[in-house]
Amino acid sequence: MGEFDFSVWGPSLPFIRDGLLFTLRLTLIAMTGGIVFGTLLALARLSPIVPLSRVAGAYVDLMRSVPLVLVILWFFLVIPYLTGKPVGAEVSAIITFTAFEAAFYCEIMRSGIQSVSRGQVHAAHALGLTQAQAMIHVVLPQALRNMLPVLLTQTIVLFQDTSLVYAIGAKDMLKAADVVGKNYNRPVEMIVLSALIYFAICFSLSLAVRQLQKRVAIVR
Amino acid sequence: MNYHWNWGIFGEQVKSGDETYLDWLITGLGWTLAVSLTAWLLALSIGIAVGALRTTPSRFLVALGTAWVELFRNVPLLVQMFLWFFVVPEFLPRDWSLWVKQEMPAKEFVTAALCLGFFTSARVAEQLRAGIMSLPRGQRDAALALGFTLPQAYRHVILPQALRIVIPPLTSEFMNVFKNSSVAFAIGVMELTFQARQMQEDSEQGIETYLAVTLLYFICAFTANRGMAWIEARTRVPGLIARTS
Repeated sequence: MGEFDFSVWGPSLPFIRDGLLFTLRLTLIAMTGGIVFGTLLALARLSPIVPLSRVAGAYVDLMRSVPLVLVILWFFLVIPYLTGKPVGAEVSAIITFTAFEAAFYCEIMRSGIQSVSRGQVHAAHALGLTQAQAMIHVVLPQALRNMLPVLLTQTIVLFQDTSLVYAIGAKDMLKAADVVGKNYNRPVEMIVLSALIYFAICFSLSLAVRQLQKRVAIVR
Repeated sequence: MNYHWNWGIFGEQVKSGDETYLDWLITGLGWTLAVSLTAWLLALSIGIAVGALRTTPSRFLVALGTAWVELFRNVPLLVQMFLWFFVVPEFLPRDWSLWVKQEMPAKEFVTAALCLGFFTSARVAEQLRAGIMSLPRGQRDAALALGFTLPQAYRHVILPQALRIVIPPLTSEFMNVFKNSSVAFAIGVMELTFQARQMQEDSEQGIETYLAVTLLYFICAFTANRGMAWIEARTRVPGLIARTS
């Protein structure tokens, strides 16, 4: 057994907190943006306009078949050519995760929209709602509710995946733990601490999702 | 900013040696395949066992299986890589620990394959559990009524059916293994992503590099997909799974 000194956890907490705040901010922005763009992508994929649904489908398939680390590297490389000036690792991470997660939320929203029965749309039309109104007021609210547990589970996956910004050196919680570990020469203790924090957050969230799953189920 | 394209870069020599960039990518592909396939074999064997445990009548075994799945699902893969690489050796007896740190051959590869295998096993276990639960109860009851012991019922009745049912979800897990193997770059496995970063820095032809590597990942995932589809077609239970792919 090696020698451990867990007293490094104390002085590391301010750094871990700052890192965790970035991790949470990245997760929340990517989740919100991902769900919004994902829903638009899903509508595009289900649209009767063939070129639109093809393009959306190709985008989603592309994102889903490339490793996330590679997507992070891609965006970090390409964004400066598009904007004409270098961007920081943090900004790059936020753009990347929003774009990447949109593909995954899209597939969830698509199956959510498809899970709403056709009768609902017919009824909405019969009541005089236009196509757009029927989508916004009838279909999407039900799709969102049906898919809420899955959307949240995806968000837990997203929360874990944000650790991969390590590849471009963005200062998230894992990076903070890494830096403190190097400064105090206690890398092992800091890895253990970050694993415990990730586990505590993800495990409690997944328990919460399981509870929610029981409560939001629509009684038919 | 203007980008200077150079598609001939793959044939050029790297700055620090007499290899070409193509050699780097081929080495990378080799390690990606080695890590992914080893991890997949490990994930299948552990995942099937853990998934089956979670459907047994024993509360203890179910709890054990659940703990396994929760443990590996709730920590990011990258952190698990660091745990296996830096932390686990510290918990071994002193002699072993020294051996692992100093003498173990292909240390990065072994660690990455173990880590990815255990990580994926939790996901395989979940799929297999769902597969077993989807079988009609009667199958298990009939096997037990015929005098099979519980292990025999699993071996001859439950698993042969469940395994075939879960092939489609396992196909996407298999494709995920190739994608997830990219995380191994962080502990220094010289796989595709590692080589991509190295080549991008060395050659400064990032776009060509990443395009080539993206294409190689595509080929891996596509081959995995077709391979699983072939197995799926070969093992289809007549009359049970009406799927054509």
